[in-house]
Amino acid sequence: MIRGGFWAMGGYARFVWPSIGFAVAVLLWNIWSARRHHARALVRVRRAIQMARSEES
Amino acid sequence: MNARESGVGVARGIWLVLGRELRLGFRRPDQLLQPLMFFLIVTTLFPLALSPLSALLRAMAPGVLWVAALLSSLLSMETLFKADADDGTLEQLALSSQPLGAIVVAKTVAHWLVSGAALVAMSPLVATALAVPPKALPTMLASLALGTLTLSWLGAIGAGLTVGLRRGGVLLSLIVLPLAMPLLIFGASATDRAIGGENPAGALYFLAALCVFTTSLGPLAASAALRITLE
Amino acid sequence: MWRWFHRLASPPHLYRTAGALTPWFAFAAAILIGYGLVDGLAFAPPDYQQGDAFRIIYVHAPSAWLSLFGYTAMAVAGAIALIWRIKVGYAVAAAAAPIGASFTLSALVTGSLWGRPMWGTYWAWDPRLTSELILLFLYFGVISLRKAFEDPGRGDRASALLGIVGVVNVPIVHFSVYWWNSLHQGGTVMRLGKPEMPGSMLWPLLAMLAGFMCFFGAVLCVRVRAEILTRERQSTWVREVVAA
Repeated sequence: MIRGGFWAMGGYARFVWPSIGFAVAVLLWNIWSARRHHARALVRVRRAIQMARSEES
Repeated sequence: MNARESGVGVARGIWLVLGRELRLGFRRPDQLLQPLMFFLIVTTLFPLALSPLSALLRAMAPGVLWVAALLSSLLSMETLFKADADDGTLEQLALSSQPLGAIVVAKTVAHWLVSGAALVAMSPLVATALAVPPKALPTMLASLALGTLTLSWLGAIGAGLTVGLRRGGVLLSLIVLPLAMPLLIFGASATDRAIGGENPAGALYFLAALCVFTTSLGPLAASAALRITLE
Repeated sequence: MWRWFHRLASPPHLYRTAGALTPWFAFAAAILIGYGLVDGLAFAPPDYQQGDAFRIIYVHAPSAWLSLFGYTAMAVAGAIALIWRIKVGYAVAAAAAPIGASFTLSALVTGSLWGRPMWGTYWAWDPRLTSELILLFLYFGVISLRKAFEDPGRGDRASALLGIVGVVNVPIVHFSVYWWNSLHQGGTVMRLGKPEMPGSMLWPLLAMLAGFMCFFGAVLCVRVRAEILTRERQSTWVREVVAA
């Protein structure tokens, strides 16, 4: 397989690569957004713990 | 369960609430007329914006009629439970011996009689102005009658879900419009086929099936929605 | 089975299970999607009708599949939560909604990029395209209804109910593929169908489908954990888990 031929996708490169790119972007967004949610949840819990501690003392 | 103790059966209860709603509806004629005027004005916009050629009008009439009917009944849907929820009547009704589903049925049917049926009654006038041939009017009336009743049930679910919210109007449209899209497809295509001289029975049967389906499950879903937002 | 289900319904247990499952799902997803992309894009033979444009199927079909699967999962989780009053069901439903919506968008965009060379237009009011768009609107409705309530519990229940009502609509819009075409003239005929694929084309597709499912599982696990942490942040077990 010639490298140029692969990237040209038989003349459909204009459509194939953007759609692969978009799908991969959606996958990456899902990973990023899920991890961000998790991190934020942890921050929230830590804040709740701290508030509880400061009320005790 | 408690219905027997208080001596008012479910059917009688539905009848009483229905009567109350209808009396209230006719006591506020502006609320009754506003959606109708909206319907009239929206349908007037299209010939002005596009072209007054009757061939073009006839081609787009089913779509225009259905979209306008959808929007105007959505407009009136927001008020379905609002006034009664605000002054606490709804909670009293929910606590009464009547099942909540029966109250939802009464209120929705009353709402349809006041707004939907009036819209259907006015539609031949609008359709004639949009150059719809008279032979297509019976089909259009039947499709709109079935469609607005179905819409009332969908709207009751949406109104039940959004009744507690301050800015529920836009959200109500966001919820109800996707659910109403199959209705729009079949309603417009029935009218379209009748105008083109074809047999509209298939689309009408489908509208009837949708209507029966929403009428049987709509009260359940709407009362479940009210129970969630009221409690 | 029933006991297993009951144990899963307890937030700490589900939190731990989801945490344990995440790396496995992620690992399987990476392997399957990696293999599927390489084999599907570089080694599968071009379609005799569509040439290399058919390769879009390797991302389009799994996205479309997940868009439907995500909605169904969301509605079922919501129904379980509403009927049996199992609170973690709401957490699962809330976690599944944005994932499903993102794949619905992906299915629409990749399908549209596929449509341009095949039918000569990015968008056609074809039943299947329209029904997918309606699905996206349903997702938007469910997500915004949850956020509209100040009381999170009420938002959970309301959006679960809307999800259940919307799932009734999914087969209706889906089957309108046939009804609408028979009623409306001039609809674009979809040539996606189910052609008999040779194995060299089929294997990467199956790998991508399985890989996307595993990906959904991994992301869902992380999101469910986040939802449980937020919802249970006042409980002692969450504090012990986080402090440790």
